[in-house]
Amino acid sequence: MRSIQFREALREALSEEMRRDESIFLMGEEVAEYNGAYKVSQGMLDEFGAKRIIDTPIAELGFAGIGVGAAMNGLRPIIEFMTFNFSLVAIDQVINAAAKMYSMSGGQFNIPMVFRGPTGSAGQLGAQHSQAFENWYANCPGLKVVVPSNPYDAKGLLKTAIRDNDPVIFMESEQMYGDKGEVPEEEYLIPIGVADVKRTGTHVTLVSFGKIMKVVLAAAEELAKEGIECEVIDLRTVRPIDYNTVIESVKKTNRLVIIEEAWPLASISSEITYMVQKNAFDYLDAPIRRITTQDVPLGYAPTLVQAFLPSIQKTVQTVKEVLYK
Amino acid sequence: MAKLTFTKETYLQWFESMMLMRRFEEKSAQLYGQQKIKGFCHLYIGQEAVVAGTMSALQKDDRLITAYRDHAHALACGISARAVMAELYGKATGCSKGKGGSMHMFSKEHNFFGGHGIVGGQIPLGAGIAFADQYRGGKQVTVCYFGDGAMRQGALHETFNMAMLWKLPVIFVIENNGYAMGTSVERTSNVGELYKAGLAFDMPSFSVDGMKAESVHEAVAKAAERGRNGDGPTLLEIRTYRYRGHSMSDPAKYRTKEEVEAYKLQDPLEQVRTSILNKKWASAEDLDKIEENINNIVQDAVDFSENSPFPDESELFTDVYAEPNYPFIIE
Repeated sequence: MRSIQFREALREALSEEMRRDESIFLMGEEVAEYNGAYKVSQGMLDEFGAKRIIDTPIAELGFAGIGVGAAMNGLRPIIEFMTFNFSLVAIDQVINAAAKMYSMSGGQFNIPMVFRGPTGSAGQLGAQHSQAFENWYANCPGLKVVVPSNPYDAKGLLKTAIRDNDPVIFMESEQMYGDKGEVPEEEYLIPIGVADVKRTGTHVTLVSFGKIMKVVLAAAEELAKEGIECEVIDLRTVRPIDYNTVIESVKKTNRLVIIEEAWPLASISSEITYMVQKNAFDYLDAPIRRITTQDVPLGYAPTLVQAFLPSIQKTVQTVKEVLYK
Repeated sequence: MAKLTFTKETYLQWFESMMLMRRFEEKSAQLYGQQKIKGFCHLYIGQEAVVAGTMSALQKDDRLITAYRDHAHALACGISARAVMAELYGKATGCSKGKGGSMHMFSKEHNFFGGHGIVGGQIPLGAGIAFADQYRGGKQVTVCYFGDGAMRQGALHETFNMAMLWKLPVIFVIENNGYAMGTSVERTSNVGELYKAGLAFDMPSFSVDGMKAESVHEAVAKAAERGRNGDGPTLLEIRTYRYRGHSMSDPAKYRTKEEVEAYKLQDPLEQVRTSILNKKWASAEDLDKIEENINNIVQDAVDFSENSPFPDESELFTDVYAEPNYPFIIE
């Protein structure tokens, strides 16, 4: 099978869907003439023209709201945030408008749109460019939140997100755009809300999503060398969460570690921990553990970045602790 | 453009629609006092010429969107008094199925894109609605209303810029009633002439006497023509006044009785009545008959709402997602 970059998989999803549905347009900063800040939309202006690939001024609140309005009036907008750090100035339109419109209107105005862009840290970018808001958006009813970890999932999930009739937050990573992975030529879709068991094992369940899946899979590889077989689950979407896959896995392995790039308070890992203790309490042979980022704004220095993020070493260590090794 | 002349039909239409807004809101105030209507409730009394003058200048498939002072806009779009009143009651028969309330009237059927509760939040939405019509090559225009308070929100300035850049067919209507809740316009900016904000974006911008339906209609008609011709947005600062407080819980102690009385002397509904009588287009008895009919419509809306059911508890989980089987977390 051919191997393509994560950004190419996203571009294929966008382009294929735009070819099949005239009501879809892509709007954001630098998406058209600059070919995308991270080259996701490279060449799309040439194919689809300025009517459908639309550069905006730097006005996230304004163009996010214009997207929601267009969705109310029958279009299917894709709004790109250069990063989700910048979505905070637009969050009123995401939470108060997009997520509420269908409900407030008693089911008259649904919002079939996608907000997408990179999330999380990406090296030494400082405190304001390194934040992960997956759990913030996942907290809000009315939204769906998708966080793919590889090119194959990125394409299949983005196509589904674009066809979805509800607002979808689609979170990528600057540190994944160049990643290569196998993506078939033929069309496929991946449903929202279904986790993927990336690796089966019997000793411990590891749960993660997005870019941090790379860390978790590498840690599982390390642990396998020592005879520890991890079951690794990629959530793929954090609203809704496929609790069942996690709970069934924990019933088998009796141990759970959740790894997540997010501040610890009220994170996705807190939520999964609650659900697992409620539904699989008698199966647990050790306390559920999690690895999050540190509970601080991320500093610039490389030492601080390293100490802040989940890592292979921290994952290996925590797995050994839940196995009492 | 030559000064428009208005027909008897237009005047009678204004009288009827403004009378409905007035009586409906007076009844709403009374019902709020009786705790039949809960939540925040913002009345339109005094501002009726703004909506009436807009509607007579528009075409049937044009779009409207506004803020939370939205009862009159909903009625003027053609939503029945029953459906608007039932929404105030929180009943399942309301225009938003009892899920919106006073601030969130909606009707897709009537091209009413809603009442919105975050000051200025509907401004980019209005531009987006217009964007969709332009994208499809439609000839509709969108009227996007907001108050003087929303003038100071960032969303407005971002939207004005893009609406001009892309020549969107939208009419931005400031319903300047002088006060952002309790804060007067002059206390919120050095620029008290609100329409001037549009000039920063080269947007055609005008101030309009909002106590006269004729002035509103003329300004909106010109703006709509610009929008339909592909010439882009217009900003209209329509100067009006609300007789009541910001909401039902506001005694409006920040302004004088004299100020309120001065505006009542130029009451928009009375101006229309006087014009009709002066032109002898109807007798006082004819107008009384219209008023009586309106009173009956409002009372019927109340009876209808009283007798309507509240939404069933199971409605809590409907209309949240368009997807039919969303797996809500049930604890």
